[in-house]
Amino acid sequence: MSFDFNTFKQVVTKGQIWKSMFRHGYTTDDRDRALAVLTNVFFHLHPVKVRKSGARFGFTWCAGGLSFFVFLTLVVSGILLMFYYRPTVEYAYNDIVALREHIPFGIMRELHRWGAHAMVITVWIHMLRVFMTGSYKPPREFNWVIGVTLLVLTMLLSFTGYLLPWDQLAIWAITVGSNMARATPFFGHEGPGAFLLAIGDIELVHSGDDARFALLGGRFVGAAALLRFYILHCVAIPAVVVILMAVHFWRIRKDGGISGPL
Amino acid sequence: MADSQSQPTAIKPLTEEVSAPGRRKFLSWFALAWASFAAATLGAFSLVGRFMFPNVLFEPKSTFKAGYPDDYEVGMVDSRWKEKYGVWFVRVAEGMYALSTVCTHLGCTPNWLETEDKFKCPCHGSGFYKSGINFEGPAPRPLERFKIGLADDGQILIDKSIKFQQEKGEWNNPESFLTV
Repeated sequence: MSFDFNTFKQVVTKGQIWKSMFRHGYTTDDRDRALAVLTNVFFHLHPVKVRKSGARFGFTWCAGGLSFFVFLTLVVSGILLMFYYRPTVEYAYNDIVALREHIPFGIMRELHRWGAHAMVITVWIHMLRVFMTGSYKPPREFNWVIGVTLLVLTMLLSFTGYLLPWDQLAIWAITVGSNMARATPFFGHEGPGAFLLAIGDIELVHSGDDARFALLGGRFVGAAALLRFYILHCVAIPAVVVILMAVHFWRIRKDGGISGPL
Repeated sequence: MADSQSQPTAIKPLTEEVSAPGRRKFLSWFALAWASFAAATLGAFSLVGRFMFPNVLFEPKSTFKAGYPDDYEVGMVDSRWKEKYGVWFVRVAEGMYALSTVCTHLGCTPNWLETEDKFKCPCHGSGFYKSGINFEGPAPRPLERFKIGLADDGQILIDKSIKFQQEKGEWNNPESFLTV
């Protein structure tokens, strides 16, 4: 008895299960091929048609796509790390050591770390490419602003993730980094303008209620800072990044696809 | 789509000046690409699957020493190892036995009620005599006993990996009861 692939394909693609998931057949006309992209939630943000010159590697360096790919690997490896990591002073460092010593494929944590480095690099390269090709010019200026916001959020993801190993490097790096928040205009207690916010002798902005305190949940890097950075790193910032990336990709399509060479 | 009623137009046939790999060659590269993709995906998923099973566990050992028989008072149920190892030690005149603290109904942990002389499960009210035999509530069978013996230094040695069930007649096994 021979296996007839075409009969098998007919049985599968004509069945109710298949048809409930895929509204359009992969036929050979342009309309259905466009609909196959447009009616797919994962593809519809992407342009149906990409200009050949715009998709050339030498033009895009594929930096935006690489950034997104690295982001996806960071999400997957990050979720896996969350199964073992506990963001408390008692456990954090030991859990990081255990991820290397006690758990199979200890490289998972390194993968997350290297991925974070790689994403910072590819995002900067992407920004450089967009700048050098003049792709920030109208009608793409709004997408440039979103992109710059995503760049800042990428840096904040790296910054918040830096504290989580809870070793000496992490604690002092975040101590130094968060000290910059002291100098926030008006909202940092050592920042310009903060001294203006006072009622008589009572300072409204002091070390117990300024921007740095909000970031750390205290006056120094301690248990509260570890938990705050964990929540920011794993939930809050990624949620904002995902929303902005959706807008970013969608705007590429709405702004006329990948920009062509000038 | 103004002319959506019309028949879909067929894809344009390849013209002479377009170079294309032969059908046979294209299919072989296609198969290789899919095979590589499938292998990489399978490898990644098996890696993730293995990742979920750590090589080191920080759980109490299944065998442990529980001091000397003289440390336990005759006629009493001793709960000193209940929290760490999940074992009650019952000392009777002839010797002692080790009862599992897992209720045979749905796996909760009963309490030893000294004044009522029974084990009582807080979840659904199963009750057990000091011997471990069930007498009230939904528990279908008696509490299990663990292997009990003496180590070379005279201490009680418990092996939780070997258990004895009364309804199977296993409580007659000498390893389920330490004669002192």
